[in-house]
Amino acid sequence: MSLSSVATTAAGTTGPDDTVASPPGPRRPPRRGPGGGAGSWRTRLEIAVFVAPALVLMGLFIAWPVVSAVRMSFYRWRGFGPMDDFVGLRNYERVLTDDVFTQAVGHNFVIVVLSILIQLPLGLAVALLLNRRMRGRGVVRTLIFVPYVVAEVIAGVIWFQLLLPETGVADGLIGAVGLTPPDQGFLGTPSLALWAVFGVLTWKYLGLAILLFLAGLQSVPEEIYEAAALDGASWWQTQVRVVVPLLGPTIRTWCFLSMIGSIQQFDIVWVLTGGGPANATTTMATYLLTQGTQRGNYGVAGAASVVLFVIGVAMAALYQRFVLRRDTRPEG
Amino acid sequence: MRKQLRGAALALTVAGLSLTAAACGGDDTEAGGDGKTITWWHNSNNEPGKGFYEQVAADFEKDNPGVDVEVTAMAHEDMVDKLTAAFQSGDMPDVYMERGGGELAAHVDAGLTRDLTDDAADVIESIGGSVAGWQVDDRTYGLPFSLGVVGVWYNTDDFEEAGVTPPTTMQEWEDANDSLKEAGLTPLSLGAGDKWPAAHYWYYAAVRSCSEDVLTQATADLDFSDECFVKAGEVVQQLVETEPFNKGFLATPAQEGATSASGLLATGKVASELQGHWEPGVMQGLTDDGEGLGDKTGWFPFPAVEGGEGDPTAALGGGDAWAVSAKAPDSAVDLVTYLLSEDVQRGFAENDMGLPTVPAATDAVTNPVLGDLIQVRDDAPYVQLYFDTAFGESIGGAMNDEIALLFAGKATPQDVVDAMQQAADEQG
Repeated sequence: MSLSSVATTAAGTTGPDDTVASPPGPRRPPRRGPGGGAGSWRTRLEIAVFVAPALVLMGLFIAWPVVSAVRMSFYRWRGFGPMDDFVGLRNYERVLTDDVFTQAVGHNFVIVVLSILIQLPLGLAVALLLNRRMRGRGVVRTLIFVPYVVAEVIAGVIWFQLLLPETGVADGLIGAVGLTPPDQGFLGTPSLALWAVFGVLTWKYLGLAILLFLAGLQSVPEEIYEAAALDGASWWQTQVRVVVPLLGPTIRTWCFLSMIGSIQQFDIVWVLTGGGPANATTTMATYLLTQGTQRGNYGVAGAASVVLFVIGVAMAALYQRFVLRRDTRPEG
Repeated sequence: MRKQLRGAALALTVAGLSLTAAACGGDDTEAGGDGKTITWWHNSNNEPGKGFYEQVAADFEKDNPGVDVEVTAMAHEDMVDKLTAAFQSGDMPDVYMERGGGELAAHVDAGLTRDLTDDAADVIESIGGSVAGWQVDDRTYGLPFSLGVVGVWYNTDDFEEAGVTPPTTMQEWEDANDSLKEAGLTPLSLGAGDKWPAAHYWYYAAVRSCSEDVLTQATADLDFSDECFVKAGEVVQQLVETEPFNKGFLATPAQEGATSASGLLATGKVASELQGHWEPGVMQGLTDDGEGLGDKTGWFPFPAVEGGEGDPTAALGGGDAWAVSAKAPDSAVDLVTYLLSEDVQRGFAENDMGLPTVPAATDAVTNPVLGDLIQVRDDAPYVQLYFDTAFGESIGGAMNDEIALLFAGKATPQDVVDAMQQAADEQG
């Protein structure tokens, strides 16, 4: 899934992680240099100096936009002139009662669920296979990771061309094996478009899942395989009973990244379908762009972005609370 | 990691931009003070247009000693983005482009655009009725320099092959499309992925179904309760049901690449397309030989709607006007007046940059098809501004979305009117 905005959201949600994971009481021993007070003052100054540029940038480009989006969401504002038409929660009412927005939320959640249902087993299977010694393993690993490295927009443009009706490669292949491709093309048929988009998303982001899982597999010690083999476990049993459970933390982290990416999905949808046909592939992000920069309803777009933010934070917090908890809790 | 890199790059870019903006801001304040520097943004960033406008600026500087014109030529999309930012910040170029209608009205309402009614009275008179789209409460805020009309562009070879002639009524049009299909051709291409090309069908159906008075009134008070708007949707619905469009039209882009709606017409994959006056130029850019359809290019007006109250010779169209920002020096008004002079308009036409609005310059158009279009435009009793522009972005966007749904069979003619009315009511 898209990681494009994970950094922001993750940064915004480390709070619950810390509070939930840490036992009550002092969190870390007071850190003090051997020199006493002077040293700590100096350390603080150093920290302040080194952190300040980053904080200023974050304040300017993350905190301030968030604050102005929230402010905007309470006004009717067309993008220019004074912002003085206060409408209270009217924009939120409009967003939440707009069928297009509720459908968009639905599409986001379909992508979240499908990603986990389809990309997880697929990624896991490929990672387990690629973890075995075989000829050309390096090449296959590289090939699988290539789509993830390709820029979203470029991937979108390529797939748009491949999926064109009549002239596209996809239609050609389907026709060649004797099947009938959809009359209006995959991206032009409302009932198929979301599936087509999901297919491209899977192609694009499966590589990341596999890479993460492969990295996780490296941390499974050789001795465990040997022990399992000594106990007479088959390869299959070793994978299912031993390796996959040990991969748990990696899988849960991937699910988290995937979820957040799905909720914020924008680039590929925008390039492939622009949210169409007939709003069949709108996401929350495409909705707020349409309302904001295209229609000049900045207040509505602001409200939609706040809703998106709240949904994202809520999901992240719940996930941290109930799923990631066991990974972040101190050992023992 | 990638995010951080991207963030850093963004920060650098923005820092760079704000430096530039600061520098420009400095210039503007100076300009406002002494009236010596005029900033002018336009979108003719290719030759010959770019060079022509540089020459125009140089000529203007020569006739007005001491005045300095800073010309910035940008690609159209870039200009639109930069203008949006300029409107938000209030730091606007002195002379810029306005598309008229509700968009302009909103700018006027926010006090961003200068009233030209008195300062450019002579020019306004020479342009005549075409300025209507750039008037708010009978005051004129923009001087249209190019005004075109929408119609059906067709491949004359294809029409000949299928033995059809340009239709004049909806029924004839449907019959013509059937004949084209029987000849193994795709009658029409449509870039409904971009929505506005689909909306043009509805707009034209409304121009043919509604009387001019109803349309003027609806634009003024944003009340769409007249039956003719539903009728327009029914006309479109009926046409869509005959399935005349290219496969995948719901996802087809308007004019990007050879597989777009314009590309399909340019490369001979479809027989016709409803599009604006820019179509020949767009098609030229989409073919390898740079010719587009060349001398196979034909044009006919949107057919009459049986029983409609609209004038069958009225046209749907739009264009671009020069506007002056509220804070601009007086010499900026002199510049836009000069831009609408007969000389500049003739040069504009000779360079195929658009369809000039000053009558004395219209005979300078050399392209025969565009010459015919000017004739159609000038013979029309009135030119209705594209409704999305006329009603403003908010209503326009909601309307275009719903019309696209109508094309997908997911909305009824009444739904379109309801969506428009709801957007209008919410706009307050």
